[in-house]
Amino acid sequence: MIVLGIECTAHTFGCGIVDSDGHVLANVNSEYVPITGGIHPREAARHHSSIAPKVLAEAFKKSDISMDDVDGIAVSLGPGLGPCLRTGATVARALAAYYDKPLIPVNHCVAHIEIAKMICKSLDPLVVYISGGNTIVAAFSSGRYRIFGETLDIALGNCLDVFAREAGLSHPGGPHIERLALKGNRYIQLPYVVKGQDVSFSGLLTAAIRRLKEGYRLEDLCFSLQETAFSMICEVAERALSHTMKHELLLTGGVAANKRLRSMLSKVAELHEATFKPVPLQYARDNGAMIAWTGILGLQFGLILNVEKSYVRPRWRLDSVDIPWFREGFP
Amino acid sequence: MKLICKGAEANLYLDFWFGFKVVKKIRISKPYRIPELDEYLRSYRTFNEARLLSSARRVGVSTPIVLDVNPSSYTLTMEYIEGVLLRDYMLKADEKILKKHFIKVGEMIGVLHSNGIYHGDLTTSNMFIVNDNVYLIDFGLGGFSREVEAFGVDLHLMRRTLESTHHDLAEQCFSYVVEGYSSSFEDWRRVLKKVEEIRRRGRYVEERRLRK
Ligand SMILES: Nc1ncnc2c1ncn2[C@@H]1O[C@H](COP(=O)(O)OP(=O)(O)O)[C@@H](O)[C@H]1O
Ligand SMILES: [Mg+2]
Repeated sequence: MIVLGIECTAHTFGCGIVDSDGHVLANVNSEYVPITGGIHPREAARHHSSIAPKVLAEAFKKSDISMDDVDGIAVSLGPGLGPCLRTGATVARALAAYYDKPLIPVNHCVAHIEIAKMICKSLDPLVVYISGGNTIVAAFSSGRYRIFGETLDIALGNCLDVFAREAGLSHPGGPHIERLALKGNRYIQLPYVVKGQDVSFSGLLTAAIRRLKEGYRLEDLCFSLQETAFSMICEVAERALSHTMKHELLLTGGVAANKRLRSMLSKVAELHEATFKPVPLQYARDNGAMIAWTGILGLQFGLILNVEKSYVRPRWRLDSVDIPWFREGFP
Repeated sequence: MKLICKGAEANLYLDFWFGFKVVKKIRISKPYRIPELDEYLRSYRTFNEARLLSSARRVGVSTPIVLDVNPSSYTLTMEYIEGVLLRDYMLKADEKILKKHFIKVGEMIGVLHSNGIYHGDLTTSNMFIVNDNVYLIDFGLGGFSREVEAFGVDLHLMRRTLESTHHDLAEQCFSYVVEGYSSSFEDWRRVLKKVEEIRRRGRYVEERRLRK
């Protein structure tokens, strides 16, 4: 069985082609990088629709198969930015109708978790998913991925990007902050906000920007921002780990690239005798392969949609999706 | 001292203090965070928890009596509570008894909020059933506020814990919490609206607002 997956929820348009043995035949992704400021949903959508034919063609070229070999078309219908989601859905619907293939709806967050599990050979992990748009700690329990912690306002990646922009660094800001933080050596106290199992970054962001304008050293601020934000993540991850007693800790999402975050979370895992598994970057960022792989899982359980029912779901929550393919203790 | 619980944040010991049976809660160091932050969090939360346990008790919410607090050794000494955690209790209790307890929980949250106190970590592991009464513990993440946001977050957390750990009972139990809450806090409607809003918050919401 082979599925073509289309990712189009925010900054990335991606096409992945994956078979039911978990071979990634193609994973071609194009990221929209705003010239100034953050992501403008409509401009991102424009980028996606103009780049779609090229990305699609390249994926087929890489995989060396044709549309005839494809058994289904998977698309991420949410959560994400409305205009982007509609673009992805339009492409997927058109392909499904034209080539007469089943359309498989995929939840973007579920896809991040499924590809992470497949690539890292993980069975039943606690997942820490941190990107520009999401900050979620989740684990499987009774039929669904349950959320054990999340952000109450902005995502961690967003917090880093906005701070970087204020400091005049180019987008995406995460890598710049990581580099500058290595040269920081003084901890400047910033709001540390953990509420139950949840985190909040908006107060932290506001305070860091204020300190920046007051003339504090940028390197020290980057260091302090990272230490504060990452410690918050580690704390909620640790609580979730001790609560769920899972034996694996998976880190995914674009922010998984950060080495300091990885090293901190690996210590969290060690404290609870869990194995730490950071997801390789090409599968940790938004990508088409994750949608294709989750499409395979869905298709095996007949989770297909009529084209006319394939409306987008910008706020589709992870914990509202049934996961019938999950068998505890089995891949 | 006998170790009774190894939490994610603290170790809890059973001890005797001038003849009282007491619990010593000692917040432990975490190797993943820098010492500045580690020490600050452990001492701040120790002091904060003591302060809130006493304030809650003063407004009529059952909490263990605070006997001693020492932020520099990250140690809080409090009365030992002989009871069952609501989390464990839920596994076997029947619907009618649960209803009674969750209405009580809601009332207590309402009383806290009416007095400008939020708990910050409302989970069923932080509630003790003692005969007909409920005790609240673990106030380290709480604080004083009059803002709807803080109260909304409290109830949101309560609902989310129910959903992630007791999913079959979640909806029912949360409705009992609301029943109790609305009977003890005048402003309950605004808070519940906030709870819905917090739940809907999603990706890039803030981004758009910041850009204006
Ligand atoms: N005053 C007390 N009397 C008896 N047991 C207690 C008391 N306080 C805490 N415990 C036990 O220790 C556990 C952890 O305490 P808690 O204050 O919630 O710490 P943590 O921050 O680790 O969750 C509780 O769930 C309860 O079983
Ligand atoms: Mg507790």
